[in-house]
Amino acid sequence: MRDDHLITAKQLSREDVESVLDRAAEFDADPAAFGDRHEDAILGLCFFEPSTRTKMSFETAIKRLGGDTVDMGTVESSSVKKGESLADTARVIEGYADALVLRHPSQGAAKMVGEFVDVPLLNAGDGAGHHPTQTLLDLYTIRENAGLDDLTIGIMGDLKYGRTVHSLAHALTNFDADQHFVSPESLKLPRSVRYDLHEEGAMVREHTELEEILPSLDVLYVTRIQRERFPDENEYQEVAGEYGIDLETLGPAKDDLTVMHPLPRVDEIAPEVDDTDYATYFEQAHNGVPVRMALLDQLLEGDR
Amino acid sequence: MSDHQLRVSKIPRGTVIDHIRAGQALNVLAILGIDGESGETVSVGMNIPSDRMGHKDIVKVEDRELSQDEVDVLSLIAPEATINIIREYEVAEKQYLERPERVVGVLSCPNHNCITNADEPVETKFDVLDDGVRCEYCDTIVREDLAAHIAVE
Ligand SMILES: [Zn+2]
Repeated sequence: MRDDHLITAKQLSREDVESVLDRAAEFDADPAAFGDRHEDAILGLCFFEPSTRTKMSFETAIKRLGGDTVDMGTVESSSVKKGESLADTARVIEGYADALVLRHPSQGAAKMVGEFVDVPLLNAGDGAGHHPTQTLLDLYTIRENAGLDDLTIGIMGDLKYGRTVHSLAHALTNFDADQHFVSPESLKLPRSVRYDLHEEGAMVREHTELEEILPSLDVLYVTRIQRERFPDENEYQEVAGEYGIDLETLGPAKDDLTVMHPLPRVDEIAPEVDDTDYATYFEQAHNGVPVRMALLDQLLEGDR
Repeated sequence: MSDHQLRVSKIPRGTVIDHIRAGQALNVLAILGIDGESGETVSVGMNIPSDRMGHKDIVKVEDRELSQDEVDVLSLIAPEATINIIREYEVAEKQYLERPERVVGVLSCPNHNCITNADEPVETKFDVLDDGVRCEYCDTIVREDLAAHIAVE
């Protein structure tokens, strides 16, 4: 497998993260100034499940660098529908593009495709598995707002299925960050993630109540509690309210708390929070473009 | 012929897998792909009193030596087992099991959403941990009942 595929946040050392974030900051300062950097580059977009925003963010990033995209379209209209394997589809599309972006519903899909293709591959989400580019834009946002060292972060919501959480938690072990995990008992971190964090020597502190740790937090990273995960609607209703935040919940928080969310949100963060200095989730979403520009720049540069 | 003699009766050539944890003999047969239709002569002893283990199982397969893949998976479900290669009625080699670092193409992943369970040209790969195995594709950790995940042809 090529070593410049980006499959999981686990591959990223502190140096890797810092070099992408530093470069992203340069693009962020003047995104329109780099339109001739990769004029002939073609990025192949392989989205086997819909994700309009992630896809648009990659499209914007490559176009800002002067490149363009080829897109396999929706799964319904492609040969996948006719039963072609993912491995075959990817091997065909790699012939059209200088790099590939893959979003797929199966866990491990990106790792497998990485074993078959020769152009650099970016994993844009594989089921409940990994989403490393999201992690990098999360880290970028954290660094801009709170710094990555001497950081106390609370990660709250669906920690069991939330792939953004798994990748982020792992990446944060590179830094001097205290991580607290807040979730209902039924949505705690899966054992494979706890295993990795222990292996990295990180302390895993788990809570069911946000109040226990809110006053000490520099960052609160909220994720959606996914209704469809609950076998029983009542069970969902019981926990959903407990893990939403509004101005009242945030009362005991530090003034400079940074509230993040990978979006889309449903009702985890009340709209009244949007106009406060806490709210950083839209900025977080916008950071996807410079961060993906930095990643693409690195991959396409390495290809010359 | 006494029971004792029957249990230890010698085979001319083949493999004797001894000191299998009691209750695992049928899983050992599954790993070896032995289902009674392949023609080998197989003897199985179960719950045999053992000084070292209390009770143990034992499997004897005539005219067959084990591949490294088979030995690797055996080590996961029967770590205490000893493998005796028999030639001319004598133990020609004695092998103790060593846990491999990974097992390839032998176990199936219990995560239905794992890419290795889709119809793709890919073999399963598991890292061996101290107390289980872990899918290299989806990270799922399997600790209990590994034998249930052996992908027997
Ligand atoms: Zn798996």
